[in-house]
Amino acid sequence: MNSSYAVPAVALVVVATVLVGAFGLRVSRTTSDFYVASRTVGPRLNAAAISGEYLSAASFLGIAGLVLVQGPDMLWYPVGYTAGYLVLLLFVAAPLRRSGAYTLPDFAEARLASQAVRRLAGAFVVGVGWLYLLPQLQGAGLTLTVLTDAPDWLGGVIVAAVVTATVAAGGMRSITFVQAFQYWLKLTALLVPALFLILAWQADGAPSRAFDEPAAFREQRTVRVEDGLTLRLDRPLTVEAHGTVDGRRHAGTRLHLPAGPHRIAAGTRLTFAAGTSVPAATAHGADDALSPSRAESRTERPLYATYGLIVATFLGTMGLPHVVVRFYTSPHGVAARRTTVAVLALIGAFYLLPPVYGALGRLYAPELTLTGDADAAVLLLPGRMIGGVGGDLLGALVAGGAFAAFLSTVSGLTMAVAGVLTQDVLPTRGVRHFRLGTVLAMAVPLAASVLVGGLPVADAVGLAFAVSASSFCPLLVLGIWWRRLTPPGAAAGMLVGGGSALLAVAATMAGSPGPGAPHALLAWPALWSVPLGFLTMVLVSLATPGRVPAGTAAILARFHLPEELHTQDLSREAAAS
Amino acid sequence: MPQDPAERRVTVTGPPRRGPRPRAYYRPRTEIDEQTTLGHTYVRSLMRTQLRAALTGFAVLALLIGPLPLLFAALPGARRLEWAVLGFALYAPLVVLARWYVRRAERNERDFVRLVEDR
Repeated sequence: MNSSYAVPAVALVVVATVLVGAFGLRVSRTTSDFYVASRTVGPRLNAAAISGEYLSAASFLGIAGLVLVQGPDMLWYPVGYTAGYLVLLLFVAAPLRRSGAYTLPDFAEARLASQAVRRLAGAFVVGVGWLYLLPQLQGAGLTLTVLTDAPDWLGGVIVAAVVTATVAAGGMRSITFVQAFQYWLKLTALLVPALFLILAWQADGAPSRAFDEPAAFREQRTVRVEDGLTLRLDRPLTVEAHGTVDGRRHAGTRLHLPAGPHRIAAGTRLTFAAGTSVPAATAHGADDALSPSRAESRTERPLYATYGLIVATFLGTMGLPHVVVRFYTSPHGVAARRTTVAVLALIGAFYLLPPVYGALGRLYAPELTLTGDADAAVLLLPGRMIGGVGGDLLGALVAGGAFAAFLSTVSGLTMAVAGVLTQDVLPTRGVRHFRLGTVLAMAVPLAASVLVGGLPVADAVGLAFAVSASSFCPLLVLGIWWRRLTPPGAAAGMLVGGGSALLAVAATMAGSPGPGAPHALLAWPALWSVPLGFLTMVLVSLATPGRVPAGTAAILARFHLPEELHTQDLSREAAAS
Repeated sequence: MPQDPAERRVTVTGPPRRGPRPRAYYRPRTEIDEQTTLGHTYVRSLMRTQLRAALTGFAVLALLIGPLPLLFAALPGARRLEWAVLGFALYAPLVVLARWYVRRAERNERDFVRLVEDR
């Protein structure tokens, strides 16, 4: 891909982010400004900021890549990301704002008056945040590699440096401006090229084979296999091979491969004739262990996995640390609800676009399935379909948008993780320690992304959702609606639900069990770990009735009463303190 | 000490009174502020109506989404339907459902405020 436009575009996004952040810095004066923008952000600005923060690299690049490889089943990801906000609105939004909690640990402490539960919640926030940061940094690395052939780690380092500087310097207020700006940037960067791509598709006679299964090559195409892989054919395939197939060397021979698995060595070039359907493939590298779903064809992807994905994304959204923090910036509970509706509309509008790229990718770049760069489909399509200067410019726009996606999500997550580190881990509070927390929050996932490498973006994000759904969803829902929740119950539920999901994720990443039911159970833990978390929390709470915190009734009244009824309370508290 | 009468004048202040005091004592608002059993009953009733609204919304969502994977698995030929539903058609109903819930939750709160403020 021609990088002469893309690099300036990425640089422009980075500079604009720093500038908008600096504008916020001038407004951000007090500690309250710094953390929560003095709680004065109106619904519109806040909704754009929440959406800008939420639409991560997984949304911008990952969904199109997954749809390209695995077909429309993967569209459950964007549906789940959106519906997660609806569930958040139904059960959590207004009471969470009225609770006055800034982070999830604050909520746990306010509701249960227990330092132990607070620390446990803090540990899970940091864990989920790091699990979510890792793929973002890797996505940035991938983008820069595709654009400029820079080494893998460089993109992640750039994003980490810019975000650490903006967050440490300006805090939440500047982040609100940056996030709102980046939502519109991301929407434009995906919408404008998509319109041109659809025009190009129409000019091409509007072929609609993309919607059929499996994807097929439209014209003769030669694919160079970068890392070794195994083709799993469910019907015989005729292909021209340069290189090693099944241990035998070939130099341009026409091969008739029977159905079944075939090993293709690294560096082999395969030429597929027009109309050949794209075979399912598994990479030999370490990364296939990390991706439970990437290489599986439709037949091996049970209904169970789809439901696991739905549960994880629907219930996991409310526990994402960067999402919760944003609610505190609304002035009151009613505004928090209205903001959430606006967010639903904004992200719903955005998610109409990735499927377009996925479908066009299946038509015009099906070979990305085999080269393992499916996440780059969004970046490559403009050049592939339109070409020339126009294609390069549109490609540059997409690249800028992708970087905006990395910057916004990473800054939101860093903000949340740093907030927890500052309040619960580092000794004293204050802005200087918050800056130290920021550096710490970013250093760990950056080191991990440089060391681990090769994690498919959307899948890793899915794992973070599963852990969040099984630990924070029970805590929030039961904490807001159930009077008999006790600190031991909350701690046990988070440990059992979230802990088992975390272990399942770790086992999947280590690649322990092979295919079949146990693998699916571990790769999609939400379906059993969420009920397990709820059940443990309820049963242990019922077993320790003496530990219900004394002020529960008053606290629940504060969560649920409209603000106009407890203004007196608040002014009395303010006078007392 | 100077005995000038002007200096001995003292202003007495107190909480502003709205209406006759005994009547205010029986207002539900006071019950809630004072955290009496009756006050808790009011809060509980609000929580129940709000939870009912939330669960109704959640049930609609579950009925809308739940059968879809089964449907797509049962109709492996209907790939275009799956593209259209998941890629396009689901988002508008989600926003409509959210708007319905917010209206209902805000109405519940308004009714509750009217009840306890005795207006």
